[in-house]
Amino acid sequence: MASAAQSNVALPLPTGVSATVRIEPPRSLLELRLAEVWAYRELLYFFVWRDVKIRYKQTAIGVLWVVLQPVLTMLVFTLFFGRLAKLPSQGLPYPVFYFAALVPWTYFSYALQSTTNVVVDNQRLITKVYFPRLILPISTALSGLVDFAIGFVVLAIFTFAYGIRPTLAALWLPVLLLLGVFTALGVGLWMSALNALYRDVRYAVPFAVQFWMFASPVAYPSTLVPERWRWLYGLNPMAGVIDGFRWAITGRGQAPSLLLLASSAMVALVFVGGVFFFNRMESTVADRV
Amino acid sequence: MNNPVIHGEGLGKSYRRGALQQSTLLRDHLSKALKSPLSVFRRAKDETFWALKDVSLEVYEGEVLGLIGRNGAGKTTLLKILSRITRPTTGWAEIHGRVGSLLEVGTGFHPELTGRENTFLSGAILGMSKREIASKFDEIVTFAELEKFIDTPVKHYSSGMFVRLAFAVAAHLEPEILLVDEVLAVGDINFQKKCLGKMGDVARAGRTVVLVSHQLNQIRRLCHRVVWIDGGSIRMSGLTPELVGAYESAMSSAKHTLGRNGGAKPAKARFVSWKVVEPQSSFSHRIESVGPVTISFRLEVQSVIGHGHHGIALYDSDQRLVWAFASDDLSFDPGIYELTYRFPFFPICPRSYNWQLSLWDENGNLDMWEALPELIVAAPNYQHPRDEWNGFLNVPSDFRISSTKG
Repeated sequence: MASAAQSNVALPLPTGVSATVRIEPPRSLLELRLAEVWAYRELLYFFVWRDVKIRYKQTAIGVLWVVLQPVLTMLVFTLFFGRLAKLPSQGLPYPVFYFAALVPWTYFSYALQSTTNVVVDNQRLITKVYFPRLILPISTALSGLVDFAIGFVVLAIFTFAYGIRPTLAALWLPVLLLLGVFTALGVGLWMSALNALYRDVRYAVPFAVQFWMFASPVAYPSTLVPERWRWLYGLNPMAGVIDGFRWAITGRGQAPSLLLLASSAMVALVFVGGVFFFNRMESTVADRV
Repeated sequence: MNNPVIHGEGLGKSYRRGALQQSTLLRDHLSKALKSPLSVFRRAKDETFWALKDVSLEVYEGEVLGLIGRNGAGKTTLLKILSRITRPTTGWAEIHGRVGSLLEVGTGFHPELTGRENTFLSGAILGMSKREIASKFDEIVTFAELEKFIDTPVKHYSSGMFVRLAFAVAAHLEPEILLVDEVLAVGDINFQKKCLGKMGDVARAGRTVVLVSHQLNQIRRLCHRVVWIDGGSIRMSGLTPELVGAYESAMSSAKHTLGRNGGAKPAKARFVSWKVVEPQSSFSHRIESVGPVTISFRLEVQSVIGHGHHGIALYDSDQRLVWAFASDDLSFDPGIYELTYRFPFFPICPRSYNWQLSLWDENGNLDMWEALPELIVAAPNYQHPRDEWNGFLNVPSDFRISSTKG
């Protein structure tokens, strides 16, 4: 009878949750508990796992959707921007030109939008159990990577089929991807915290993402932007990511330049600010949502 | 046993009343700003509402502490502060040990996932490690009695099945400190009892539990000590039997002060008080043995009564009749009387009970009294160690095995 209760007495503490916790009113703006986020990494894994599972379970054709979305967009772009508008494509076949941009862009757009909604969507959880809230946006930014991986495999096959062979430039891919993840997460942190305060954000972000796409070299090459405005263009981190991606996959087009450094600095700023802003909201979020 | 594992000092939580009603739509803020541009600079009327005020408490290792109080008294707020869901406005608390909190059944469950997947997910959200869940998985499934359906999506479960699985996961959470809010009030009665038994095991295994419940019988069964929260602060704290008794009489006196004959006509006679005479204890409304027991009731008589009839009944807290008795042909002169009952054995299960006394004459009822305070039976338990095998009678028994030849 009591054996059930006794058998687990010797279980170790879970993943490094500190033994003594002090509970106090929120004090400093700069109070971060990043070590705690690390201690809860197993829960982070479970959140990512949940997101991915549910996404593929609810849809009839599952994984196919992930591929279909960028492929169809690519076809539309190829037809209208390519064949009809005859936009330049840096010497690449239109399908490759568009698809190489759409794979990272689809990830970014999905990650940013789901991160925006993650706090509101999980409000039940937030008001019933404690965990470092920062885990939520991180988990959505990460779970989008599964879709990205599938899209990327298709992209690789596609590029290969067009007779384009990978070059050393491909080594830049992880760096560019990281920059994309941090852009989505950095902006997403601001948006998810704002969304908890004003639900309008939920409706505004999809619009903003659409505009953002046209402010990034997805449908056209960045060389179309006049030289003297390039620096401004470079402040959009996704410009660097998309351009870089195309180049890394095909070995043609715009190689990362100093602009990428500026983009990275910009992302770092937005991300760090986002962490603090989110963290500030975290201490009161359970009272608000 | 003497180390406080939870130590709270001056804990308070305030909400701005305006903040609760504040709109979360930017549109509303904008239109307000357009209508009266200066209002943006004015803070919404700072009507501060203290959900919890200056609460200090210590919970000791291995203790089961009950939090009681009316709805909105602040119990859940206190629990939410201790489980770190919300931060206090004032004060501080220190918690030593791994905390698990259970504020609802089925936290983190997702309808699209199977029972197996939800077990892992909910377990992780409640604070279990993956290894821990895996090692207890079979036990959880058996406890929930869902072996056949564990790989079915939860959305196809009946509500009973859902609750069983959700609770089974929660019941196997074994942190050093468990904070529980009113979650035992779900599921069918048999499963509830099973869960109570499991909670009892947790408590007996030396873990600390803080339990919020409206079901005073649960509190009585599980808790050593009780804190009564009223209007956001601690009204009283102490050992369970007296405290729950005090709470119940406060609640019922609020309800029953007008309970007897309206007080319109001057009563010919009325019962005024009662006490336990034997066995002697420091509490005059509490019995700490199974007998002998002597109880006396005080009756004030104003005018002569002939051919009186007196009835007495003992009810348990669910209003089930436990025992009753009646006497006829009684006569009283004006004065004060003690009506005494002596029971050689009083073998009833430890919990709370109510006396009901009545007095009649030829013309009808003279007094009908729901005795206050209630009777608390706190005798040692001579029954089965598990709650679900505890009956009405608490009779000591002698068990022996002897072999008979042939």
